[in-house]
Amino acid sequence: MKKFNLSKTTKDNLWTYGIVLVIALITGILLLTGNLSSLMEGLLVPICSYVILAVSLNLTVGILGELSLGHAGFMCVGAFTSAFFSKLTENVITVDIVRFILAIIIGAAFAGLMGILIGMPVLRLKGDYLAIVTLAFGEIIKNVINVLYIGIDSKGIHFSMKDSMALGLEPDGKIIIKGAQGITGTPKDSSFLIGVILIFITLFIVLNLIHSRDGRAIMAIRDNLIAAESVGINITKYKMMAFSISAALAGVAGVLYAHNLNSLMATPKNFGYNMSIMILVYVVLGGIGNIKGSVIAAVVLTVLPEVLRGMNNYRMLIYAIVLIVIMLFSWSPKCLEWREVFMEKYIRPRFAKKTSEEGK
Amino acid sequence: MKKTFKKVMSLAIVAAMVLSVAACGSKNTNGSAANAGAGTFKIGGIGPTTGGAAVYGTAVKNAAELAVKEINAAGGINGYQVELNFQDDEADQEKGVNAYNTLKDWGMNLLLGSVTSGSCVAVAAKTAEDNMFQLTPSGSAVDCVANDNAFQVCFTDPNQGIAAAQYIGQNAMATKVAVIYDSSDVYSSGIYEKFAGEAKNQPFEIVATESFTADNKTDFSVQLQNAKAAGAELVFLPIYYSEAALILNQAASMEYAPTFFGCDGLDGILAVENFDKSLAEGVILLTPFAADAKDEKTQKFVADYQAAYGDTPNQFAADAYDAIYIMKAAIEKSGATPADGVSGICDKVKGAMTEITVDGLTGIGMTWAATGEVNKEPKAMVIKDGAYALIQ
Amino acid sequence: MDFLAHLINGISLGSIYAIIALGYTMVYGIAKMLNFAHGDVIMVGGYVIFIAVSNMGLPPVLSVILAMILCTILGITIEKIAYKPLRNAASSLAVLITAIGVSYLLQNAALLIFGSNPKTFTSVVSLASIKLFDGRITISGETIVAIISCLIIMAGLILFINKTKAGQAMLAVSEDKGAAQLMGINVNATISLTFAIGSALAAVAGALLCSAYPQLTPYTGSMPGIKAFVAAVFGGIGSIPGAFIGGIILGIIEILSKAYISSKLSDAIVFAVLIIVLLVKPTGILGKKMQEKV
Repeated sequence: MKKFNLSKTTKDNLWTYGIVLVIALITGILLLTGNLSSLMEGLLVPICSYVILAVSLNLTVGILGELSLGHAGFMCVGAFTSAFFSKLTENVITVDIVRFILAIIIGAAFAGLMGILIGMPVLRLKGDYLAIVTLAFGEIIKNVINVLYIGIDSKGIHFSMKDSMALGLEPDGKIIIKGAQGITGTPKDSSFLIGVILIFITLFIVLNLIHSRDGRAIMAIRDNLIAAESVGINITKYKMMAFSISAALAGVAGVLYAHNLNSLMATPKNFGYNMSIMILVYVVLGGIGNIKGSVIAAVVLTVLPEVLRGMNNYRMLIYAIVLIVIMLFSWSPKCLEWREVFMEKYIRPRFAKKTSEEGK
Repeated sequence: MKKTFKKVMSLAIVAAMVLSVAACGSKNTNGSAANAGAGTFKIGGIGPTTGGAAVYGTAVKNAAELAVKEINAAGGINGYQVELNFQDDEADQEKGVNAYNTLKDWGMNLLLGSVTSGSCVAVAAKTAEDNMFQLTPSGSAVDCVANDNAFQVCFTDPNQGIAAAQYIGQNAMATKVAVIYDSSDVYSSGIYEKFAGEAKNQPFEIVATESFTADNKTDFSVQLQNAKAAGAELVFLPIYYSEAALILNQAASMEYAPTFFGCDGLDGILAVENFDKSLAEGVILLTPFAADAKDEKTQKFVADYQAAYGDTPNQFAADAYDAIYIMKAAIEKSGATPADGVSGICDKVKGAMTEITVDGLTGIGMTWAATGEVNKEPKAMVIKDGAYALIQ
Repeated sequence: MDFLAHLINGISLGSIYAIIALGYTMVYGIAKMLNFAHGDVIMVGGYVIFIAVSNMGLPPVLSVILAMILCTILGITIEKIAYKPLRNAASSLAVLITAIGVSYLLQNAALLIFGSNPKTFTSVVSLASIKLFDGRITISGETIVAIISCLIIMAGLILFINKTKAGQAMLAVSEDKGAAQLMGINVNATISLTFAIGSALAAVAGALLCSAYPQLTPYTGSMPGIKAFVAAVFGGIGSIPGAFIGGIILGIIEILSKAYISSKLSDAIVFAVLIIVLLVKPTGILGKKMQEKV
């Protein structure tokens, strides 16, 4: 039998695509045959957007090696710009899918642009200082959107940061972004299928970047900045590249999020630093730099609190404990050692036997 | 070696996830078939029981439980017992939709919720799709009742803002008014806007408009200082009582004593544990409910609530308690049964909503328009000697 | 006159940030970890004092001491169970995430135990406020106590670190854990001691935070915690005087931007100033220059 000589990285990539494809297919079949509970059905689009967020943040944290605590800010930019666009053109572009594709492009573009604007000054900083500055930017974005009023009438678009009366709209005008009340009535264009396609596009972009010349340059910066610089790698360019792609993808996740819910508001809960930290949790839990791990962690941690609903008041308490325990289990050197021993003893003999049989 | 472990782990996790998704399967087709024989009305509730807004969701949950218990003890609705299932939404839109879907899987017939406006608007889009009857105790944004299947127990924000401005104007309470509101909150900014709009027609002037945000609500010294410097005789507080308690405290420490005027969110301030009630002396609020009103109904409710949960109920609790009884009245009027299914119940009940008149804790003779808005009289209360007193 | 009043309000707020930031910076400086649960330890301290004063009728000073003891125990327990196993983990982010888990745990445990209803805290400070210019400007007793406490704690910490053996051990551990171990320093015990001190400071901060802004909910600690963290970075994280200065400056900026620019946008302004400061001086106002190693 002829052996396929796939390189290690290709195999690893196929493995990642495979996992997503299998989960998506099974879920899709369950969905089409009506075997999915309403809760699971409702969770599908949010899961897609969290997976995209986790993968995109992993690009910054895992591949570029910089800690960012403002990822939700980019999501917020993508969500608001695209929802604004969709509301504006709801009656102009009547083909939903065309409008949504344009919305995705707009969301990604604005978030990416914001990534570049923020990245330029910020990426000069290092470590925890970079982290706190990204956190600051995320909070600024959320705060500014909360005081933004934008309306439209026959004379064009009006803009204010005071209140809706200050817009001075004509009687026929309508307010699109109403400060803290955000945008209501965004068309529900997101669907599981589009979500899965976007995940694949995200994976494709990120995995290809990692295994390209650019990606190796980025990882060289992560591993040793000075050495990378000394061999002539343009530090700023590659840092900006990773950071802005990561931001644009977060924007895509924001578009998906915004077009799944009827009301879009920038609250501390969905676009504040809490959300940024939550995305970071997915990344760290799945393994820093491990894209497939991010996918799995995002899915598990989104489903977990919903599955725990039966626990009533103890839900979030148990969630917190599970989080701590998983972290200890997957990161503590002692636990890792113990796991190795366990594998050596019980799992590996069987697995090794099986693979050697397959190899024949 | 390490790779092997990871592969095994990821396979195991994927398998577990597929299983869990499949296990959660068995979709409940809108609850109609599964519940036809069950013979109970299943009421779902949505509100925050964790997170910063937990105090409101918990109050609604407790009061709704109390009302359901009473109704069941008295023989149920149309002879059917009532079941209540309350789900946490952490005051978030996305979690609200998750909670709604969970309740749908459970087989909910009618929805009580959501408690907060943001989540309520997101859930309302879903209930409209399913034609599920929705009654929100406290979601006060106008968009909460945009669809014909949704009704409110509380006043809408615009109503409160306009009513407050008119009340201040008509009673000539002040000529210079300051406003302190939460610019990051839907409820607060909604009331403020209408208040400011109506103020133009009233014989007073807004001399200072101050705001704060959800992330910045411990220090109010600047807002108060500005109100004081502008010479405001009355400070309008369209905010919730937990922040108001801090504002009163800080105003007292800087010896600024205007008249404080609030809306229904301010109710509950006297129930804050350990709160120095003398600080709230003279505060006026337009609210449909007061925990120490002297009527029998309120006193019984407050006593039962305290006995069961150890807290004094606030206006959210009263709204929720009323909401359950409003559902009861509407179901009885329409003659709906659990066998009608979600959509059937909704069609019958929403028709009955415009015909019933309910005497509850939060209003006597409450009626509803087909738009979903409630029609009831706000009462102006003043806090006197550490207790609410009705202004005649 | 207004400006002076705002300035004093800013210092009042800043003094609270400063006292929280001292605990933050202490733990960060030695253990090199961002303890996101610090704000929640403050909240626990607040509840302990609340129960001791309101339900058990203990005098305020005794309650604060009780809270310090309990928070110290809590801090050491958290460190032993949740942080220590991850000290040599492959990435320093692991312990950061665990700290977030601990923060959720404390908040939700408090929610279950104490309920969501806010509680009004009785101030532990009995000092009367000072009134200047016919009462047009008030300096509250809490502010005075907070600033004095900050100065005492600062002096104490600096003396402790520079003059005692345990303090020197801390410095050594913060410079280089491996080398410290080789010199015979018990690294684990030293880091535990750091957490003990940090948590005791959190109890003091809880007492003053809740006295100045007398309201207690399970989420009381989280936002001031983040703000104090920002303050610590502002002043140069790891630097003890930096935390104090950072806290005070942050409070003043916050109040002045509310007063003169926009109360809606004050969060954004505070963060914008932070960004500018860090861009000009990347390690904060009093931060040490980082040495680049090849």
